[in-house]
Amino acid sequence: MAASIAVAGLGITEMGKVYGRSASDFAAEAIALALDDAGLGFSDVDGLLVHSNLSPEMTVNLQWSLGFHDLPVLAAIGAYGSTPAAMFNYATRVIESGQAETVVMVYADAPLRPAGSAGAAYANANPPEGMDSVNVAHGFYGANVGYALAAKRHMELFGTTSEQFGAVAVAQREWAVMNPHAQMRKPITLEDHQSSRWVVEPLHLLDCCLVSNGAVAVVVTSSERAKDLRQPPVHLLGLGQFAPGDSKRTDREPGIYTGATEAGRQAFAQAGVGVNDFDFLEIYDCYTYTVIVTLEDYGFCKKGEGGAFVADGKLGPRGALPTNTGGGQLSSYYMWGFTPLSEAIIQLRGQAGERQVAKHDLALVSGNGGFLNFHGTLVLSTRES
Amino acid sequence: MEEYTKPLPIRDERSAPFFDGLLDGELRLQHCLACDQWMWPVTLRCRHCLSDQLEWKASAGKGTLYSFALVHQIYHPGFADEIPYNVAFVDLDEGVRVTTNIVGTPNDELAIGSRVELATELVTHDMALAKFRVV
Ligand SMILES: [Zn+2]
Repeated sequence: MAASIAVAGLGITEMGKVYGRSASDFAAEAIALALDDAGLGFSDVDGLLVHSNLSPEMTVNLQWSLGFHDLPVLAAIGAYGSTPAAMFNYATRVIESGQAETVVMVYADAPLRPAGSAGAAYANANPPEGMDSVNVAHGFYGANVGYALAAKRHMELFGTTSEQFGAVAVAQREWAVMNPHAQMRKPITLEDHQSSRWVVEPLHLLDCCLVSNGAVAVVVTSSERAKDLRQPPVHLLGLGQFAPGDSKRTDREPGIYTGATEAGRQAFAQAGVGVNDFDFLEIYDCYTYTVIVTLEDYGFCKKGEGGAFVADGKLGPRGALPTNTGGGQLSSYYMWGFTPLSEAIIQLRGQAGERQVAKHDLALVSGNGGFLNFHGTLVLSTRES
Repeated sequence: MEEYTKPLPIRDERSAPFFDGLLDGELRLQHCLACDQWMWPVTLRCRHCLSDQLEWKASAGKGTLYSFALVHQIYHPGFADEIPYNVAFVDLDEGVRVTTNIVGTPNDELAIGSRVELATELVTHDMALAKFRVV
């Protein structure tokens, strides 16, 4: 299918322990950078899609806190890490119909405070009540425990090992070393991974993503118009979304069989591509395990073989399947689905500098959220079809 | 009883029958009269068919260890003395997967697939937790 919309602008703020700025401040900066990148101005924007996340600022109220007015298109969209697929679906509709011409999508967050540790930034919200309070009574805190339970189950079923998780962490750090936006740029070895402290066993510290203050904004317009703007267009060829949801029934296990299978099938069919056509992959990586199970479910390898598949370093800069080429959320920055999205745009444009992949025409961008309960897939390309 | 320093569940109107059951040594869950399915966690309508014809009923309290993880990070000071402690998912024979802890087995002897049974633990005079032990 021929693309109808394309990414024309990208803005990435400074990332990590950047204090004294709110999520709205970061959002404003990222949007200014993205518009400048596209060669457009503030008054060109007629659509704003705000990425709902854990920040109370990320609602439609962002419109007036940033000074936007008279927008024909405005929505806050949230499907955790699968949000980009939902946003691009909506943007396609409003751009094709003429309701809007220049749509800005923005993710921003500022959970880190000078005194707090990264892990505590999200884990200690207000105490839940009722049945929700049962989890914390048993010591189930934050995403780390949920993903550890899924990873442990995968290890039991298929013999996946911590060293195989480590291969993902090491490969992604190799990419991050070459990424000026990345928070973690010191090389690591498999031994470093193995000796990093347990957070929730079987997850070591180096299996877990970062937490970041910062923002990413993306400007989307019609593929036709994007060709006349400043940057090489990045066209949307296909997308899919799938939410397996309930993991509290014994006949379901989305932590092992994720929504990537179905979201990928939809996206690949729309784009008219197969799993072996991609030049590089940007796979949601809240944990190393997430990458492994997602690769399986897209069909890069068989179910259960993801650990062995990544163990030879094929995801790294010298590997056969360049993946998370900016370091991902493990090593660059944690902007949910906007981390894989932003890196795909940079690589497709050929602007990745030292870490540029040689062939960069077709990218798989994969989002995941919850405890592997939500999934979104984008196929992006320099080509229009 | 020593002072209990871990976070306590907060009983609300909807979840009260669940916590009352635990004080009686039973794992009471909602069961749908329309489709014969069991619920976890507490819900207003059936998670399978959206019926509101839900009854509270004691489960047999037996199941299989689906997965477990060992928490080393101290997220709450009440757990500090027990690091690492296990958090587990148990698949009840009634078809629901519950969050729990496995008691009575050292962490390094836990095995996915083990058969387990309810072992309620009274933590204050009016609150008990649904833990499980290997059978
Ligand atoms: Zn029912």
